[in-house]
Amino acid sequence: MRSLGRCACRDVINGQPLHEAKRSWRGGRGVRSALRPPIPPRSNRKLYLAFGSILAKSSRTLPTPSTTHRVVKWPLALSLSFGYGPGAIMSTGTYPASNHSALAPAHDDAATLTAARHPDDVYAPDVVRVFRNDGSLDPAHDPGLRVDEVVFLYRTMLRARLLDERLVLLQRQGRIGFHIGCLGEEACILGSAYALRENDWIFPCYREFAAALLRGMPLQRYVDNMFGNANDPVKGRQMPDHISWRKGKFGSVSSPIGTQITQAAGFAWAAKLRRDDLATLVYFGDGATSSNDFHTGMNFAGVFKAPVVFLCRNNGWAISVPTERQTGSHTFAQKGIAYGVPGVRVDGNDLFAMIKVTRDAIARAARGEGPTLIEAMTYRLSGHSTSDDPKAYRPDATLEPWRRLDPIPRVRQYLLRIGALTTTEDARIEAEVDAELKAAITAAENAPAPPLETLFEDVFAELPWHLVEQRDELVRGPRAKGHGH
Amino acid sequence: MPQMNMVQAINDALRLEMRRDNRVVVLGEDVGKVGGVFRVTQGLFDEFGDDRVIDTPLSEGGIIGTAIGMALYGLVPVPEIQFSDFIFPAYDQIVSELAKYRYRSGGEYPAKLVIRTPVGGGIRGGHYHSQHPEAQFIHVAGLKVVCPSNPADAKGLLLSSIRDPDPVLFFEPKRIYRAAKGDVPDGDYTVPLGKANVVREGKHVTVVVWGAMLYEALEAANQAAAQGIETEVVDLRTLWPLDIDTIIQSVKKTGRVVVVHEAPKSCGLGSEIVSLVNEKAFLHLEAPPKRVTGFDTPFPYTLEMEYLPLAHRILPAIVETARY
Repeated sequence: MRSLGRCACRDVINGQPLHEAKRSWRGGRGVRSALRPPIPPRSNRKLYLAFGSILAKSSRTLPTPSTTHRVVKWPLALSLSFGYGPGAIMSTGTYPASNHSALAPAHDDAATLTAARHPDDVYAPDVVRVFRNDGSLDPAHDPGLRVDEVVFLYRTMLRARLLDERLVLLQRQGRIGFHIGCLGEEACILGSAYALRENDWIFPCYREFAAALLRGMPLQRYVDNMFGNANDPVKGRQMPDHISWRKGKFGSVSSPIGTQITQAAGFAWAAKLRRDDLATLVYFGDGATSSNDFHTGMNFAGVFKAPVVFLCRNNGWAISVPTERQTGSHTFAQKGIAYGVPGVRVDGNDLFAMIKVTRDAIARAARGEGPTLIEAMTYRLSGHSTSDDPKAYRPDATLEPWRRLDPIPRVRQYLLRIGALTTTEDARIEAEVDAELKAAITAAENAPAPPLETLFEDVFAELPWHLVEQRDELVRGPRAKGHGH
Repeated sequence: MPQMNMVQAINDALRLEMRRDNRVVVLGEDVGKVGGVFRVTQGLFDEFGDDRVIDTPLSEGGIIGTAIGMALYGLVPVPEIQFSDFIFPAYDQIVSELAKYRYRSGGEYPAKLVIRTPVGGGIRGGHYHSQHPEAQFIHVAGLKVVCPSNPADAKGLLLSSIRDPDPVLFFEPKRIYRAAKGDVPDGDYTVPLGKANVVREGKHVTVVVWGAMLYEALEAANQAAAQGIETEVVDLRTLWPLDIDTIIQSVKKTGRVVVVHEAPKSCGLGSEIVSLVNEKAFLHLEAPPKRVTGFDTPFPYTLEMEYLPLAHRILPAIVETARY
C-alpha cells in the first residue's frame, strides 16, 4: 500500500506516518507493506536529517501503534525540511512558512481516519491559508477585499448551496433526471472564479455551475437546462448541468473526465500566439489528474508557457475512489514540477485564500510567466451526483471534521463578527432563492420539449441529405409513448 | 433454477470464474470496495481482495493498457470501463495494440482481455452515458464483440468470453440490467460465442436485433401478429463474429428482413448485415432490407425515446416489409 499521501505529519524517529493505516482500502487480506514516508528532495535532505532530532523533542505527542492521528506542531525550520522550500513554491507572492505554525489547529482533530482525506492535511506548512483559527484573516495573504465584496460572495456561495440542495430534492421527486453539484466546494469554485479578470475564460469540468451563475448566467437558463426543455440553449440534448455560457466566457460542459484540460491549455496558447491579454482557468478534480489529458495539457502548457491556471479541486473522491488511488506522489501540486509548472496548495475551503492564490496565478500568466497548478484542498460533502450514495463507501463520521471547515459558515462567522451581516440575513437569502427558483421551475416545467427538428440541427453547420431524410422520416412517423417528457 | 437479473448473472459468472481460475483479475473505476456503480462486481472485493479486484486510478487508457500488460504476463484480466462512452481514451490501446497483438507478433503474443462495459440508452444519460459503439470496434480486425439480452445468456456468454482465446468487448445493456430477469442455471455453463438465438419463430419477416432492443422487437412482433404478420426474431448475442448461417437461414425462409439497433444508422452493424444478406441471399429477398436504428446524431437527453428504435418504430418497418 502506498504511503498515505499529502499529510506532512510524520514521526521522524521511525519514519512512519502518524496516521493509522487505512485498512478499509485493502479488503481481503488487510494491510501489508510498511508505510513509507516521502523522500525529501536532495537539497533538503541534510536539513531533514539535521532537524529530525529537533522534531522528536518538539512534537507534542509521540505515536503509539494503536493511536489515531495526533497533530504535531512544526517548528519554523522544519517546514523547510520536507521539500516545500522556495523552489517548489510559486515564484510570485512567496508564501512564507513563518505564519503557518500559527495556523495549526489548537485542538487535536482525532476524527475517524478511514476517510480518504484528512482535514489536518490542510494545516500542512505549505498550504496557503488566510483564515486563522480564531476566524481572523492572516494579513500575509489577505487579498484585501472590501466588506461589500465579501458580503456579495457570501450571498453567492449561500445561493449556490441552497440551489444545490433544492435541485437534489427536485431529482428525488422525479421532476428532473439528474444533478451534479458542488456541495462543500463553494469557496473553491466561487473564490477562484471571482479572482478572474473580465476577459479571462473558464473551462469547467461539470461541478462549476456556481461559477457560471457568478458570471451572469441567468438562473432560468440553468433551470431550463435541468429540464431539457424547448428554452434550453442546449436544446435538451445533454444531461442536466451540462451547460455552456459563452457570453460569460464559460465553456461547454461534457462528461468525459479531463478533456477540458488540454482544451483550456490550447485556448490560452492561442491567446498568447495572438498576443491577446487573456488567461484561462480550468477546473478538474483529483481523479482527473490520472487522465491522459491532464498529462498532455500540463505538458503542452509548460512547454509553450501558455497562460492557463490549472485548478485541481482535490475534494477527496472520484465517485468512491479516494485520492490515494489517484497518485503515488505526496501532493497534486508537486506534479507541476515535472512539467515546469509551479504548483501551490491552498485551503480550498478558505474563500480568501482561493481568491489570493488564483489572483496571483492569473497575474503570473498575464506577465507571460506561463501556467500555474493550484491544488485546492477541499471536500466533496455530498455524493458524486444524484446517482451516487456515498454511504456505500464512506461513513458519515468522516464528514464531521470537514463540516467544521465548511466554507460558508467560516465566512458567515467572519461577517457576523465584523458586523457586516445580521443573523436574519440567511433566512432572507433563503427566502429569495426559494422564490427565484420556484418561479424558474414553474416556467421550466410549463415549457414544452424541444421540437423534433432540433435533434438534427447542429450536427453539422448545415443539414446534409442523410439528416434531411432521417429528420423527415422521424417527423412523419409515429410518436413515442409519453412524448414531451 | 434460480431467478436472476442481469447484474446478478454477470456477478455470478465473475465469481465462479475467479474461484475456478486464480489468474482472473477484475480492475476498473469503483469496481472494488463499492462493487461498481451498477453493483455488478459487488462482493468480489470482499471475497478476493485488493490483489484481484482493483480500484484503479481514473484513466481508461491506463486500465486497458495495464490490463494488456497483465494479459501478456499470463493473468486473465477482466477490466471494466464504467460507461462505454468513456472507452475512447483507451481506443488507441484497443485498436493499435490489443486487436493486433497476435497478428503482428506472428502468434508469439496473443493478448487476451475481456473488456466489460455498459452500453445503450433509455436511462436519461444523454450523449455520454448512452452510446452503443459496436461498429467502432467491429471495424477493427481482431476484436470480438458480445452483447447479451438476458441473464442466462449474460452469464454463459461472459464465461465463454473469458475462456475465449481472443480479446472480447462484452457489452452490457444497462437499460435492462435489472429489468431483464429470468432463470439462470446454477454453476458452470457456457453459451458459445458466434451463435445467435431464434427467440421467436415466424414465417413472414425476419427481425435481427440485440441487447435491450430485443424486447422492443418482441413487442412489435406481438403487435404485428394482430395484423396477421408472423415475425421471426433473431437475437444475435454475439455481434462479431456474426452467426451468418442463422441469419441467412432465416432470411431464406421469410425473404424479408429488418435490422434493429440503437447505434446510429450510417455504418452501423445493420449496414454490414444488410450487405451480407444481399450478397448471400439476394434471390431469396422479396423486399428491400430495412434498418430501424438510432439517428446520425449524438444521443439526445430529452428526446431519447424518439431517438431509440422502440416498438412504435419497429412495427411499421415490419408491416411495410411484410406488405412490400
